[in-house]
Amino acid sequence: MGETPAVEICGLVKNYGRIKAVAGLSMRAERGRITAVLGPNGAGKTTTVEICEGYRRADAGTVRALGLDPIRDARALRCRVGVMLQAGGIPTTARAADYLKVMASFYSTPLAPWMLIDRLGLTESARTPFRRLSGGQQQRLSLAAAIIGRPELVFLDEPTAGLDPQARHATWDLIASLRSSGATVILTTHYLEEAERLADHVVIVDHGALVAEGTPAELTGAQGQLRFTADPALDTSGLLVALPPGTLAKESPAGQYLIELPSGTAVDPRTLATVTAWCAEQGVLARNLRIDSRTLEDVFLEITGRELRS
Amino acid sequence: MTGADWPAPAPGAARLPSMVAAQAGLELRTLARNGEQVLLTLIIPVLLLVVFSSEALISVGRGSRIDFIAPGILALAVLSTSFTSLAIGTAFERRYGVLKRLGATPLSRSGLIAAKALTVLAVEAGQVVLIVVASVLLGWRPVTTAASLLSAAAVLIVGSVAFCGLAMLMAGSLRAEATLAAANLVYLVLLGIGGIVFPLTKFPASVRPALRLLPSGAMSDGLRGVLRYGVGLPARDLLVLAAWAVIGVAIAARTFRWE
Repeated sequence: MGETPAVEICGLVKNYGRIKAVAGLSMRAERGRITAVLGPNGAGKTTTVEICEGYRRADAGTVRALGLDPIRDARALRCRVGVMLQAGGIPTTARAADYLKVMASFYSTPLAPWMLIDRLGLTESARTPFRRLSGGQQQRLSLAAAIIGRPELVFLDEPTAGLDPQARHATWDLIASLRSSGATVILTTHYLEEAERLADHVVIVDHGALVAEGTPAELTGAQGQLRFTADPALDTSGLLVALPPGTLAKESPAGQYLIELPSGTAVDPRTLATVTAWCAEQGVLARNLRIDSRTLEDVFLEITGRELRS
Repeated sequence: MTGADWPAPAPGAARLPSMVAAQAGLELRTLARNGEQVLLTLIIPVLLLVVFSSEALISVGRGSRIDFIAPGILALAVLSTSFTSLAIGTAFERRYGVLKRLGATPLSRSGLIAAKALTVLAVEAGQVVLIVVASVLLGWRPVTTAASLLSAAAVLIVGSVAFCGLAMLMAGSLRAEATLAAANLVYLVLLGIGGIVFPLTKFPASVRPALRLLPSGAMSDGLRGVLRYGVGLPARDLLVLAAWAVIGVAIAARTFRWE
């Protein structure tokens, strides 16, 4: 693509007093793709997105959305960019359909409000005031408002937080539809499954800086895993000798074994034969034998650590 | 489900007048559905009008009681809409991120202010019609020369701008709950000492000049001069209101925080 990226961030810094919210973040999001920004609480995701939306001024670094400066060119960007805030933004007494109709009237060629209401399963609550909608319905109305103006670039801040599985799938379908229609989507999320399913590109942010990025497949790598259940406290050193160098064996909890092949190595028939042969030698029966690959969640926890963030 | 059927991006802003009209419509519908707002802006002024014009609660000096009360209630109507209702509504919009979210739509800030001004004007037009009709039914016979009607409109409009500026000043700096409390308190205090239903001549001579510098005092005094005594242009009261308007709007414009 010869075009500028949908979003390009270079050396972004933002401090709130002494707190460093964003500390030299650089990333880009290509047009027509879904980019997921992942990170623990307080990693700087929302601050970064809000700087892209023109809500906050960067302390240092450059940010371009659709090639434009989010603050200097705010006027030009406002009709091209759709925004879903993490919470709120809708008058508490406004009725769902009424609110969407008003939002639609801000744009030259909006989507039909009823079509979005229908697609997002809000038909029954079209006349309900915002404050009496359930949390999930409020989220969906907020999503509908973000895309009603047919934007080129959509920022979704935790679009499926608090949704039930049905609503989450409807939202995922809608976000995938947006991509296939040519729009660019930037979403922040805590749900790694969401990023894994939807995103073309994943950016992992921690302490205000980029720690990893790539496609979900690149991030999880081709690293093979093999899990099985057997008698506890087996000595696996004999097994590891027979497997490729760099293979790890973990037992956690007792009796549940995880064999991790080195990065770039997939589980092949020989690996499987080696493991089952070793079990036979030990005189144990491997139950629940399963061939796996790492999930994005494994990668995320590995990179950002397991300690709780406030 | 595939997205092949989803409409491609087609961004573009609507024309400013239709955006402003749509936003003003939403604000009006929101007010009409809010019971407390209807109570504050319509029911209380009319109730006070009826009570204070019929009962001998206060002595209002020479002349008919309704001739004194009606202009004061018109000032109260402006106070309730331009100040109390606007301050509380805006403070909660700020609190719930409504103003922030609108900042990401093609509706500009000046467009939003225009929509709010239209909403206030529409509500006040309704209040004036209701109060004038009720007052005339209660026996009000104001001076209705072209000059006095124009002067009265000038007092109402400049007073409204002054109260709107003060409302935005409060809503843009205090928390929503603090604004709710303070805006209601100011309403009650001005109802008591602002020359609306109790004549300022009842207060000690030492505080009277200060009370006449309050926007509500200047409004009711100006409206009474015009509609009761037929004075041409209440220059002093208009000057007081204009000063409040300039100061309030200028400070609000500098201090208003949208989030």
